[in-house]
Amino acid sequence: MSEHETRHGIGVSGGSASGPVVQVAPPVQPPMDEPTPADVDAALQHVLESFEAVAVELESRAATADEHAVPILTATAMMARNAGLHQGAGNRLKAGDGPATAIAAAVEEYTAQFEALGGYFAERVADLRDVGARAVAAALGLPAPGVPPLTEPSVIVALDLAPADTATLDRDLAVAIVTQAGGRTSHTAILAAQRGIPAVVQVHGATDIPTGTLVAVDGDAGEVAIDPDPELLEQQRVRREKRATALAASSGPGVTADGHHVPLLANIGGVQDAEEAGPQDLEGVGLFRTEFVFLSATAAPTLEEQTDIYTKVFAPFEGRRVVVRTLDAGADKPLAFADLGEEENPALGRRGLRLSQALPQLLDTQLKAIAAAAEATGADARVMAPMVSTAEEAAWFAGRARAAGLKKAGVMIEVPAAALRSEHVLSEVDFASIGTNDLAQYTMATDRMAGELSDLLDPWQPAVIDVVAAACSGGAAHDTPVGVCGESAGDPLLSLVLVGLGVASLSMAPSKVPAVRLALSLHSVEQCKELAAIARSARSAADARSAVRAAANPALRELL
Amino acid sequence: MPARTVAIGSSVGLHARPAQLFVSKVQAAGMPVTIGRPGSPAVDAGSILGVMALGAKHGEEVELTADGDGADTVLDELVALLERDLDAQ
Repeated sequence: MSEHETRHGIGVSGGSASGPVVQVAPPVQPPMDEPTPADVDAALQHVLESFEAVAVELESRAATADEHAVPILTATAMMARNAGLHQGAGNRLKAGDGPATAIAAAVEEYTAQFEALGGYFAERVADLRDVGARAVAAALGLPAPGVPPLTEPSVIVALDLAPADTATLDRDLAVAIVTQAGGRTSHTAILAAQRGIPAVVQVHGATDIPTGTLVAVDGDAGEVAIDPDPELLEQQRVRREKRATALAASSGPGVTADGHHVPLLANIGGVQDAEEAGPQDLEGVGLFRTEFVFLSATAAPTLEEQTDIYTKVFAPFEGRRVVVRTLDAGADKPLAFADLGEEENPALGRRGLRLSQALPQLLDTQLKAIAAAAEATGADARVMAPMVSTAEEAAWFAGRARAAGLKKAGVMIEVPAAALRSEHVLSEVDFASIGTNDLAQYTMATDRMAGELSDLLDPWQPAVIDVVAAACSGGAAHDTPVGVCGESAGDPLLSLVLVGLGVASLSMAPSKVPAVRLALSLHSVEQCKELAAIARSARSAADARSAVRAAANPALRELL
Repeated sequence: MPARTVAIGSSVGLHARPAQLFVSKVQAAGMPVTIGRPGSPAVDAGSILGVMALGAKHGEEVELTADGDGADTVLDELVALLERDLDAQ
């Protein structure tokens, strides 16, 4: 009988780890009643010293960060030393603001400019705000918000983590992440999964756990044990060792125990992802998101510009498949050059293929560029349209893709309508890929961004599994392969259910491939079908998961 | 004063990483350098916030000026830097 307290949340990145808690300090706001400085020159000096302290701190972090984080940290340090920012703060001091208020106001002027630029520039706003928050804390003599420098292997606990926090986490010292807020598709979840850091989100009362408390985090079960018993720590240690050994031994194509081939593919979002995924033990790319090509541009990217970018993405995958999702923009991801106006409800509006139908020349240019890049690199490029609901839409897209010279055209299945009518929708195309995150959003009528509604978006929701089953049976009617690209594909237990439903390929964050490969190798297709039936007969998401777990091969169970 | 015009080579524009590399090089040059769209007011190329707020996108042309000994060499180096796709490296 265990004595320790266990808190439950949502496991978003598998594995287990234990260590003392390091609480991440929350952001600091300037006090509402900050007094007007008596001596403006002295106040300006204080502001400059605060900015300089931030710059020095960020530079020292850059010195020990991994290579991806260095440019961001160096740029952020440079922002803290920016003369324009200092001048702006000085003007506010002269107008009567206190030092912390002046810093916040000067930063806000620049963030407004960046936000107006949109796209990638708007994303840098988070870095600038980070500089502002740190300088405000320094001016008030408070601890810097964000992750403090780690001195030993620690469990990072926060309300939620900012991108700048996660980008600089030291993988060797940040052994696990626990957040009180956040959701399955939050930044923290995605980054933790990419880096293979066990993580649990939506843990009630997480920020109340005192710094230094020993906790054991189980990213598979979504559990955090406070002051864990020695037995639990020992169990986790044994499990970690077995898992590391088993995963290291898994290699090659995805194959079930009875020899059925299930290609394991990567989800990527740009040139850097492609270059990192290229050398890994993967059969290709199952989802290449192309938004980045468009979101920062003021004018529609030309055929040559796009061909150049796609060639760089395809080059590491010569001879392997790369499934390209065509432009998925809309009111929530607006394009400067393709503005269809504001929408009350962008998730249900003119996004995805609906936007392409309104602006077909954008799609045609993209398809031609993909075909040219495929020709140049020898990658097996296939295209699929996002947000398809009907057979007519599928036929329209396939026609345009073939006209551009692409041999394989497919659709994403994210809308329940397309899944339910998949026999007709898929008769128009060569393949389909289920986007389980959006499919869950539309099946459960639950906003993906609503962290507090995460339970409804659980990919184990039996209704979502039923809709996936419907999509697969429509594909089976004329042998059209149906894959999955989405969070579900990277969950070793759920991947078995998917294969049992008839899913033909699985695409995920590359770090998740070894565990899925191992899970497949331990189960036959017949066993996967049994697990799928068990999941579909469950009453709730939690029941589905625990019943499948109980019925899975014990060798897999003891690793999860 | 020497000046050059160059199209931005970075695929996602002159944002964080390319901007940081560019501004570092400007600061190392030790002379006043400006950057702007041809025909529009230029900003201090040594200011990362100024350079980022310019919002220069991929393929867009910008004009550089520099003032000091060896300004031509400095400009040639900066042009070579901006022409490259700094995000792809």
